[in-house]
Amino acid sequence: MQQTQHTQHAAQTIVVVGNGMVGHSFIEKLVKSPGFKQFNVQVFGEEPRMAYDRVYLSSYFSGKTADDLSLVTPNFYQDNGVSIHLNDKVVALDLAAKTVTSASGKTVAFDKLVLATGSYPFVPPITGNDRPGCLVYRTIEDLEAMKAVAATGKVGVVVGGGLLGLEAAKALVDLGLQTHVVEFAPRLMPVQLDEGGAALLKRKIEKLGVRVHTAHATKQIVAGQTCLNKMEFADGEFLETDMVLFSAGIRPRDELAKLAGLVTGPRGGITINDQCLTSHPDVFAIGECALHNGMIYGLVAPGYAMAQVAVDTLNAEAAHFSGADMSTKLKLMGVDVASIGDPHGNDETALSYVYENGPEEIYKKLVVSADGQTLLGAVLVGDADDFGNLLQIKLNNMTLPEHPDSLILPNRGGSTTELFGPDALPNSAQLCSCYAVTKGQIVEAVAGGCCTMADIKANTQAGTGCGGCVQLVTNVLNSELTKLGVEVNTDLCEHFGFTRQELYHLCKVENITTFEDLMARHGHHHDGHQGHGCEICKQAAGNIFASLWNSYALEKDKIPLQDTNDNYLGNMQKDGTYSVIPRVPGGEITPQKLIVLGQIATQYGLYTKINGGQRIVLFGAQMNDLPDIWRQLIAAGFESGQAYAKALRTVKSCVGSTWCRYGLDDSVTMAIELENRYKGLRSPHKIKMGVSGCTRECAEAQAKDIGLISTEEGWNLYVCGNGGMKPRHADLFATKLTQAQVFQYVDRLLMFYIKTADRLQRTATWLDNLEGGLTYLQAVVIDDSLGLAADLEAQMAQLHASYECDWQRAINNPEFTQRFKSFVNVEDKAPQPFVLERGQIRPATQAERLAGIAVEIKQIA
Amino acid sequence: MSQFQYVCSVDALVANSGVAALINGQQIALFYLAGQVYATSNYDPICHAFVMSRGMVGDLKGQLMVASPLHKEHYNLQTGQCFEHPDIYLTVYPSRIEDHAVWVSVP
Repeated sequence: MQQTQHTQHAAQTIVVVGNGMVGHSFIEKLVKSPGFKQFNVQVFGEEPRMAYDRVYLSSYFSGKTADDLSLVTPNFYQDNGVSIHLNDKVVALDLAAKTVTSASGKTVAFDKLVLATGSYPFVPPITGNDRPGCLVYRTIEDLEAMKAVAATGKVGVVVGGGLLGLEAAKALVDLGLQTHVVEFAPRLMPVQLDEGGAALLKRKIEKLGVRVHTAHATKQIVAGQTCLNKMEFADGEFLETDMVLFSAGIRPRDELAKLAGLVTGPRGGITINDQCLTSHPDVFAIGECALHNGMIYGLVAPGYAMAQVAVDTLNAEAAHFSGADMSTKLKLMGVDVASIGDPHGNDETALSYVYENGPEEIYKKLVVSADGQTLLGAVLVGDADDFGNLLQIKLNNMTLPEHPDSLILPNRGGSTTELFGPDALPNSAQLCSCYAVTKGQIVEAVAGGCCTMADIKANTQAGTGCGGCVQLVTNVLNSELTKLGVEVNTDLCEHFGFTRQELYHLCKVENITTFEDLMARHGHHHDGHQGHGCEICKQAAGNIFASLWNSYALEKDKIPLQDTNDNYLGNMQKDGTYSVIPRVPGGEITPQKLIVLGQIATQYGLYTKINGGQRIVLFGAQMNDLPDIWRQLIAAGFESGQAYAKALRTVKSCVGSTWCRYGLDDSVTMAIELENRYKGLRSPHKIKMGVSGCTRECAEAQAKDIGLISTEEGWNLYVCGNGGMKPRHADLFATKLTQAQVFQYVDRLLMFYIKTADRLQRTATWLDNLEGGLTYLQAVVIDDSLGLAADLEAQMAQLHASYECDWQRAINNPEFTQRFKSFVNVEDKAPQPFVLERGQIRPATQAERLAGIAVEIKQIA
Repeated sequence: MSQFQYVCSVDALVANSGVAALINGQQIALFYLAGQVYATSNYDPICHAFVMSRGMVGDLKGQLMVASPLHKEHYNLQTGQCFEHPDIYLTVYPSRIEDHAVWVSVP
């Protein structure tokens, strides 16, 4: 529908050749641009899949799937009426006829053409470079080939010690190969680092078990004796290896442009002007295939910037690409490395400052102009925290302080960096280079009501790419909030001037167990009268008491603190009836239990459905029937599934290795054990888990707060994902875990979440707001950086040990069951009108009730 | 002229919470807080279900209130007025505690 309409109005056809990161970014930007409706867009991609993240390619070996790496949300192209031809390489370009022709024989006429053909890995012309096991590192298919070689081999060599080469070396380590890096230049990362930085990087990488051979030229590759291949070097040395991975730079893919007669550079690359137009006025080139001002940019951010310029130009808006900064910050094999501007001090008059900390393995170098006023370049290895600050000084040409070295010296006490705090930056400063977000945009977003990092991410996309700018953006956010006089109000509600986290600690430290006590000690008073609380603070208090002391919802002093779901141990539905969800750990249930559920549902006239979390739900139970229903369920071996509580809901699992022909591990047993370990655990929000027995991911574990996926080497643990209104894929937290490690990490992580999260904050938002993000969480949970692990585990053990079934507790005590009567003064039962649909009951609508269509179902018992 | 009727003992109520009662064929919500009992209709006028007695009580801006357990709209317990939609009211009924007993007047 949308597409037909779209095509009718389309005046111009745009053909995009290439669906890599930059090609896709172009489409994303075009779709959002004002003139999109006038364009009919056709995209060709030679790979079998849509754009994916090549920057994080190596994470494919630490558990990410091709789907995880995808940059395209499902149906994005379809929904926007963009036609895409995958697995179909464009082989000819006719500039006179303005057509392109693909390998499968399609010829498409265009009004405008965008070449985003990218680059190919350069393979040095060495004899034997085509031997088996000689590979490149560019596509997911290349990764599959690497996997295949790694499966039978032991040793791998990366040729090239640049950025990509070191990234590839990480992949070889992840594949379990004994890894070597061979670099022709005398040091690693020769473009970005100086000698001192490179030497430190080499030492750090070697500590991780990677052998680094610099100043080595490969003469030829021949058949090996102990391995598949043997590399012979110019100096007579040799190295036996199964895999040779070439990562010696990239070359622009300009062959199509060349054949068509477009102007290309002497050393390759399609020549473009500041509008990203080639020598033909209707043909753009963007990304790694384009040559701008003599430069080929092998980074993704300049490609994205070019994509934006091309889109703006197509929309007849003034835009120009004026080159890009090549500064980079990354984590190579766990080592922070950053390079800014010209770190070599090629200008003879330049001055440099070097800080080297041997014991802590930190190297920092600043290159400044002769007058000491301007920053020319910097190198940071081992500690790149200063990157954001230094980059902004460089990009905005800010005047340096009197002692520039204060910018890289460790800050022990007196602070000099204040001068370069967020306020010193001009609004034009680009903070997030992945999405080209300026400080001005952040300022505007804050003025528009964004108060948290999560808001900023959602509104501006800043910090959602590589994440390198999060610290800086957070500083700007906080500074702006303070300036606006927005005292960030983290008060729970009008009754308490504290966050949930603060109340949690107050209750714990002061041993507070009742709401009255909490209110008396810490609550606000209204006109001299003590407040009564509200549904916000009372529930938060109830939740904290449950997390801390496992207090029971139906105790008289706890009843007022619970919302109806917790008070009646079921979920209130729209007509005031409740749903009953017994726990079915791991989704495994016996035929006998299934029969019991059917019998109980029949007896009480309930509607039954399997819900989204693999549980069988009995709907329409009236309050006064609940205790009897529970009694019968418990007699049949069921217990409460806590489906009403902010607690562990379900652990979804696939069939697993017991039955599935692909399963690698027993996901059902794992799910049952997880569920039994964490059942009843009260937390700031509901928690869901998933366990998949293989990477086919039938349990959708990556959409859960805690997800496990079995691999041949153990469990991969994913954390802080969720479905729901704002879906978020979980992050890979740790790999190759044993079951004991899984429990230990999950114990610590959940307990840390319970202690520190805000009220009703899901794990995903919690992580988004956690300063330091995933890395910090990993440090706390895995490395015990806060020294909390033992305490967290002990608290979890205590909660686990004090678990009791809520339903069982309710029916054991007549005082509790008393509350389930429909009316306090008579034995009558409230009438409950239903309508029959597809052979089951459903709540009558208001109209049906008024029209008298509704029937009242009498229970059969 | 409506008459006060005996409903139940105060012991049948839970402090800072609500219960439902059936009086003259009508569903009434009784709330017990700050030593007083407050009576309103049990019907949620926005969600059209008999659930108000199961809402949480407390105070907002110094006024005693009950929050609907369905969509959390707040109602003043003394006037019945909805905080969020000032033209929507719960019916309120005169009520009192006498000799440890709850009395409500429902026409």
